Amino acid sequence: MTKTLFDKLWDTHAFADREDGTSLLYIDRHLINEVSSPQAFEALDLAGRRAWRPGSSFAIADHNVPTTERGFGIADPLSRAQVDALERNCRNQGIAFLGMADMRQGIEHVVGPEQGVTLPGMTVVCGDSHTSTHGAFACLAFGIGTSEVEHVLATQSLRIRRMKSMRVNVQGELAPGLVAKDIVLALIGQIGTSGATGHAIEYAGPAIRALSMEGRMTICNMSIEAGARAGLMAVDDTTIAYLRGRPHAPEGELWDQAVAYWRTLKSDEGAVFDREITLDASRITPQVTWGTSPEMVTGIDGLVPDPDREPDAARRESYRRALTYMGLAPNTPIRAIQLDKVFIGSCTNARIEDLRAAAAVVRGRRKADSISLAMVVPGSGLVKEQAEREGLDRDFVAAGFEWRDSGCSMCMAMNADRLSPGERCASTSNRNFEGRQGAGGRTHLVSPAMAAAAAIAGHFVDVRELGPGEQR
Amino acid sequence: MTPFQRCEGVVVPLDRLNVDTDQIIPARFLTSISRSGFGPNLFYGWRYLPAGPGGAAPVPNPDFELNEERFAGAPILLTRRNFGCGSSREHAVWALQQQGFRVVIAPTFGDIFYQNSLKNGFLPVVLPEEAVDELFQAARKANALQLVVDLETQTVSAPSAGLRYSFEIDGFSRDCLLRGLDDVALTLTEADAIRAFETRHLAAYPWLARDLNATT
Ligand code: SF4
Repeated sequence: MTKTLFDKLWDTHAFADREDGTSLLYIDRHLINEVSSPQAFEALDLAGRRAWRPGSSFAIADHNVPTTERGFGIADPLSRAQVDALERNCRNQGIAFLGMADMRQGIEHVVGPEQGVTLPGMTVVCGDSHTSTHGAFACLAFGIGTSEVEHVLATQSLRIRRMKSMRVNVQGELAPGLVAKDIVLALIGQIGTSGATGHAIEYAGPAIRALSMEGRMTICNMSIEAGARAGLMAVDDTTIAYLRGRPHAPEGELWDQAVAYWRTLKSDEGAVFDREITLDASRITPQVTWGTSPEMVTGIDGLVPDPDREPDAARRESYRRALTYMGLAPNTPIRAIQLDKVFIGSCTNARIEDLRAAAAVVRGRRKADSISLAMVVPGSGLVKEQAEREGLDRDFVAAGFEWRDSGCSMCMAMNADRLSPGERCASTSNRNFEGRQGAGGRTHLVSPAMAAAAAIAGHFVDVRELGPGEQR
Repeated sequence: MTPFQRCEGVVVPLDRLNVDTDQIIPARFLTSISRSGFGPNLFYGWRYLPAGPGGAAPVPNPDFELNEERFAGAPILLTRRNFGCGSSREHAVWALQQQGFRVVIAPTFGDIFYQNSLKNGFLPVVLPEEAVDELFQAARKANALQLVVDLETQTVSAPSAGLRYSFEIDGFSRDCLLRGLDDVALTLTEADAIRAFETRHLAAYPWLARDLNATT
């Protein structure tokens, strides 16, 4: 029988099926952060339960940590209490914990793959919706809530029903200057933020195969913004090459044995999906969101839409609300949108390739005077170190950008990095919801190169027209 | 978990699409290690007027539905597609519950929010778009529309408006809700099956057995 990649992952982890259609799904890997776990550990302690397999979990403080002057610790007492609680709970339950002072600390979805904690064929869960990122390694990876965090800690499993499957075929080739972020934003623009609800999306096609692991993670990461539970991609040479030599990847004979298995992790020829969609990569232009939902997106040549021309009443109303919140008039050209801040970071776009792309644009240039803050927040301490070895930090600093320590930072404004009311930001993160980057803040989602270009120009521009910065 | 069988009370119509969990409870209120205290911050950005300088106490926004006198203490929320999309924060469910809500009705939900609701004895009811439309119309006509949501019979009804709909929910979740079962305890009754599966699984894929506490 032909199987999809999802079928293979499900079938190797599901057991104890019940008549009501649910199964227990065995969990190989559990990532834990400071925000969604304290109440789970507390419940575990109250019931006198121990973690089922503590060695399968990996904890990192990322959401709340400061991105400057780490040596002074966390100023906000509540955030500090959360990070301290994570460390204490992990020590208590015997779970590996990466503290703020550790060189390898960073955003959990950047660090997991970087450390080889994420490996193909695994089920990976985490109390964070962007766990879908890990699907780039042919993992069944999805976000869970705090009660499920407790459930996984206590039972190493979840009782759930099978997801539906959907395949997104990305045909053709991206034009030069376009990246994975543009593909996934264009997809969300096409199918909407509930377009894939209840589904695991497998991404396939030549434009996906041509991407690096970094780019693939960007796409799987934002699957949740299309409503999907999980994003998936088949294993190929790119996957294997990325994993070789990672600290927690197998070695020697075990590596060979694992690789032989990993190479089977792809959908069989002729496998049937519940839904299939095709996207033509060659027609995608640099994407910029204009509203308060990731589906409110258009190309750099586009205009802010006119709500009055939207036939669906509920959508018309949501467009109106979005434009009011964003302080934008209908039919404004995207290029005419002036910005106050620029944020390059987040689990979507803070890997080395993202920083290289942004640095290549700013090299030898200066940010516009009207940009009050342009900041770069690497996804992990190791990404930061690598970037510094390549001199990217100097390119950014010379261009007037701030070069920070790793963490979630202004992606969700839980630490000190946030927008003030009314401020407008070009951001490489994944959500442009009202207040996401600080109460009253206005977010436009773009790729790293587009964010860098906007910092230089002070407004959105097509990075291809601005052209690369100085050569090195 | 508190059992859920039936809920009768006023419905608050929140006529918005894609209400994300950042609206339900903004991230800055998540720095807590406890499960309580989220109610007053529910829908913070919509519910209160933008703060003036000096951080004075928040002033309720008179234009926000939830702040209307007739909806005080209402246990049922009615809204549009994709409610609870975005982040996995369970705090969204806790905030709704702590504000007094027990049910939310929408045509579709964010998957994680839906699961989180079930784990807390909070009922997410999926009804077709047309049914939701009719309920919105009825709610608009009435000053404060009374609904009866019955999990036993899987129905939502508005007796005064003569409306009645059935809804689907999977048998396992329904059972857990009706009986208020602690699902960790429930799964642990299958501990032997988990152990047996685990032994087979780790033998078949031995690299998965690596302990992440091991230093490299
Ligand atoms: S970077 Fe943003 S989206 Fe990613 S885990 Fe952190 S807060 Fe969530």
